[in-house]
Amino acid sequence: MASEEMEQLVRREYKQGFVTDIESETVPPGLDESVIAFISQKKGEPEWMLEWRLEAYRQWLKMTPPSWAHLEYPPIDYQAISYFSAPKKPEDRPQSLDEVDPKLLETYEKLGIPLHERAALAGVAVDAVFDSVSVTTTFKEKLAEAGVIFCSISEAIREYPELVRQYLGTVVPRSDNYFAALNSAVFTDGSFVYVPEGVTCPMELSTYFRINAANTGQFERTLIVCDNKAQVSYLEGCTAPQRDENQLHAAVVELVALEEAYIKYSTVQNWYPGDEDGKGGIYNFVTKRGDCRGDRSRISWTQVETGSAITWKYPSCMLRGKESIGEFYSVAVTNGRQQADTGTKMIHIGEGTRSTIVAKGIAAGRSDQAYRGLVKIGPRAKGARNYTQCDSLLIGDQCGAHTFPYQEIGNSSATVEHEATTSKIADDQLFYCRARGIDEEDAVSMIVNGFCKDVFQELPMEFAVEAEALLNVTLEGSVG
Amino acid sequence: MLEVKDLHVTVEGKAILKGLDLTVQPGEVHAIMGPNGAGKSTLSAVIAGKDGYEVTQGSILFEGQDVLEMEIEERARAGLLLGFQYPIEIPGVKNIYLLKAALNAAREARGEGEIPAPEFMKLVREKSAEMQMDPSFLQRAVNEGFSGGEKKRNEILQMLVLQPKLAMLDEIDSGLDIDAMKVVANGVNSLRSADRAILLVTHYQRLLNHIEPDRVHVLVDGRIVKSGDKSLALELEARGYDWVLEESVA
Ligand SMILES: Nc1ncnc2c1ncn2[C@@H]1O[C@H](COP(=O)(O)OP(=O)(O)OP(=O)(O)O)[C@@H](O)[C@H]1O
Ligand SMILES: [Mg+2]
Repeated sequence: MASEEMEQLVRREYKQGFVTDIESETVPPGLDESVIAFISQKKGEPEWMLEWRLEAYRQWLKMTPPSWAHLEYPPIDYQAISYFSAPKKPEDRPQSLDEVDPKLLETYEKLGIPLHERAALAGVAVDAVFDSVSVTTTFKEKLAEAGVIFCSISEAIREYPELVRQYLGTVVPRSDNYFAALNSAVFTDGSFVYVPEGVTCPMELSTYFRINAANTGQFERTLIVCDNKAQVSYLEGCTAPQRDENQLHAAVVELVALEEAYIKYSTVQNWYPGDEDGKGGIYNFVTKRGDCRGDRSRISWTQVETGSAITWKYPSCMLRGKESIGEFYSVAVTNGRQQADTGTKMIHIGEGTRSTIVAKGIAAGRSDQAYRGLVKIGPRAKGARNYTQCDSLLIGDQCGAHTFPYQEIGNSSATVEHEATTSKIADDQLFYCRARGIDEEDAVSMIVNGFCKDVFQELPMEFAVEAEALLNVTLEGSVG
Repeated sequence: MLEVKDLHVTVEGKAILKGLDLTVQPGEVHAIMGPNGAGKSTLSAVIAGKDGYEVTQGSILFEGQDVLEMEIEERARAGLLLGFQYPIEIPGVKNIYLLKAALNAAREARGEGEIPAPEFMKLVREKSAEMQMDPSFLQRAVNEGFSGGEKKRNEILQMLVLQPKLAMLDEIDSGLDIDAMKVVANGVNSLRSADRAILLVTHYQRLLNHIEPDRVHVLVDGRIVKSGDKSLALELEARGYDWVLEESVA
C-alpha cells in the first residue's frame, strides 16, 4: 500500500476522548511538605502515615528521573502538577449505584462499560476510582462474608492500619525509583485487598481507573496481600479523556503472596495516547512488583497495554519462596507517535523457582516500542528455570520494535530459554482476508488478535473480550 | 456476468497482461490454461483486486459494475471470490472464525443480518463433511500446519459456505492426490448452477475430466490466443502449447 494512503489511514480519533464535568476540589499546583500534609489530612490519615510520606518525599528530592529508557519526552515540571483532586463531597460516598453521579455513569456508558450491568452480569465487585477517590464500591458484603477485604487504600489506612503498615512499601520500597518515591509521598488513592488464609476470593476484583481533572497527576497505590493458600484474581482497567497537556501517572502496585498463595493480576489499559503528534497523551510511569514471599506461591501478571503517550512499565516478580512461580503475559500496542518501554523482571531468589514470560508487541503508525526483560538468577536459586518468548508485529514501515533481553545467571544449575521473532503484518494475510469479503480494519484486528492469542487466553473471560475490543479501537485505520 | 476487455496490466513496470479479453456468462465453467508465467494468476489476482498490479488499459465489468472501482472486500461481497493457488496461513485465527466473519460480511452487504449461530454451525458441518474434512479443522488456525491438499480443500470449503457468483480457482488441483482431486472436483461441481459461473486455472486435463468446462482458453504471454470447447484441453494435453503459439503468430 502506498505510504500516503497509509498515512491517511493511520490517522484516527480517540473514540473515548471526552471530559466529564464534575467539580473537583483541587490544591493549587506545586509540591512541598505542606501539600503532603494537606493530602494526609484530607484522607484522615494517622500520624505514622504522614511521616512515611514525608520520608518518601525527602528521598525523592535527592533522586533524578531515570534516563535510560528507550523513550523521548520533554522534562516534566513537577511543580506544575496539582497533587490532589477529589469529587465535591468525598465524605458523602454513594452506597449504591443509584447514588452515583449520573454524569459518571454516563461516562462509563460512553466507554462501553455499563457499570451496573457489568457488575450484575459478571458478578464482579467494582471499586471505581474516579479522580483519585473511590466513588463506588459494590459487592462488599459478599466479600466480607468470605473475610476478604477490598477497599480503597485510604479506607484501609484508616480501618486496617496494622495490615497496611505491615505490608506497605515492603515490595516496592519508597526509595526504589524516582516515580515510586514520588508516589509514596503523594498517593491519593488506589485499592487494598487482603485475602485471609485458605480463602479463594469468591469473585474477580475489578477496578476502573480514570484520570479526569486537567493537570492532575494520578498517583494510585495498590496493595494486594494473599495470605497462606489464598487466591485472588484482580482486574485493572484504565481509560482517560482527551486532554491538551500531558498527564503524568505514576502508580505503584505491590503484591504479596504468602505460602502457596496465588495472585493473578490482569490489566487492560486504554489511556489517551495523544493526537497524531503525541500531544495530549498520558505519561505512564508505573512500578508494579509482586513478591512471591511464601514457598510454592505464584504471581501472574497479564497485561494488555493500548494507551498512553509514553509507557514505562515493568511488572516484575521477586521469586523468594521455594518453588514459587512468576508469570508475565503481555500485549503492548502502540500507534501514532506513542512510545512504550515495557517489560518485566523475574528475580529468582529461592530454590526451584520458575518463571514464564510471553511478550507480544504490536507497533503501528510511527510508534516505537521496546521490550526489556531481565531474568536474574541468584546463587541460591538452584534449578531455577525461565522461559521467555518475545514476538513483535509491525504494521506499516514507519514503526519500530526493539527487544532487549538481559540475563544475569548466578547459578549453573539454572535453565534459561529465550525466543524472539519480529514480523511484519503480511500483505498477503490481509489480502487473503479481504478477498473473503472481510473489510480491512476487521482483517487487521483479526490477524492481530490471532497474534495475541497466547496472551489473551490468560485473561479472565470477560476481560479478554474487552481486550480484543480495545485492540481494535487502538489499531483502527493502522493498515499498512 | 464477467466482461474483461482489452486488459493491460503491469507489475513493477513490467507488462504482464497485454490486451486480454474474456467474457463469462452465468452458468458457465471456463478453464484457462497456458504455460508458466503466462499471466494466469495475474489475471485472477487483478480481478480480485490484489495490490501491486497496475491496470494501464482496459476494463473489467462484473454484472455491469466496474470492478476496478471496487475495494477488494466489495468485490468479494459482490460474489467474486478467488481460490488461492497458495492459501495463506493466519496463526491464532480459527478457521471457523474467518468463515463466519466472511459470511457475515457478505450477508451484511446484502442487507441480511448475521447468521444465527446454530444455523451457521449446521452449515459448516454439512459443508466440511462434503469436503471430507474433519470438523477439527474448523477449530484450527487458518491453514496453519495444513497439508497442501488440506489447504486446497479448505479453499473449496470457503466457497461452499460463501456461495460466490463467480468462483475463480487458481490451480486448485495442484498438490492433490487422486482421491482429494475427486473430493475437490465434487465440491466445485456442487457450486455449478444456472446463475453461477466458475473460472478454473489449471495445467492439467485431469481436473477437467472431473469438472467439465464449457469453454477452454489458452493464455500465452498476456493474451488469450485461442479459445474453444473442452476438446481444446485434450488437444493441448496431447500437443502442448507450441502449435497454439505458432497458429496465433501466423
Ligand atoms: N510481484 C511481481 N513482481 C515481478 N514479477 C511478477 C510479480 N508477479 C508476477 N510477476 C511475473 O508476471 C508473470 C506472470 O505471472 P503469473 O503468476 O500470473 O503466471 P501464471 O500464468 O500464473 O504462471 P504459473 O502457471 O507458473 O502459475 C511472471 O513472469 C511473473 O514472474
Ligand atoms: Mg499461477
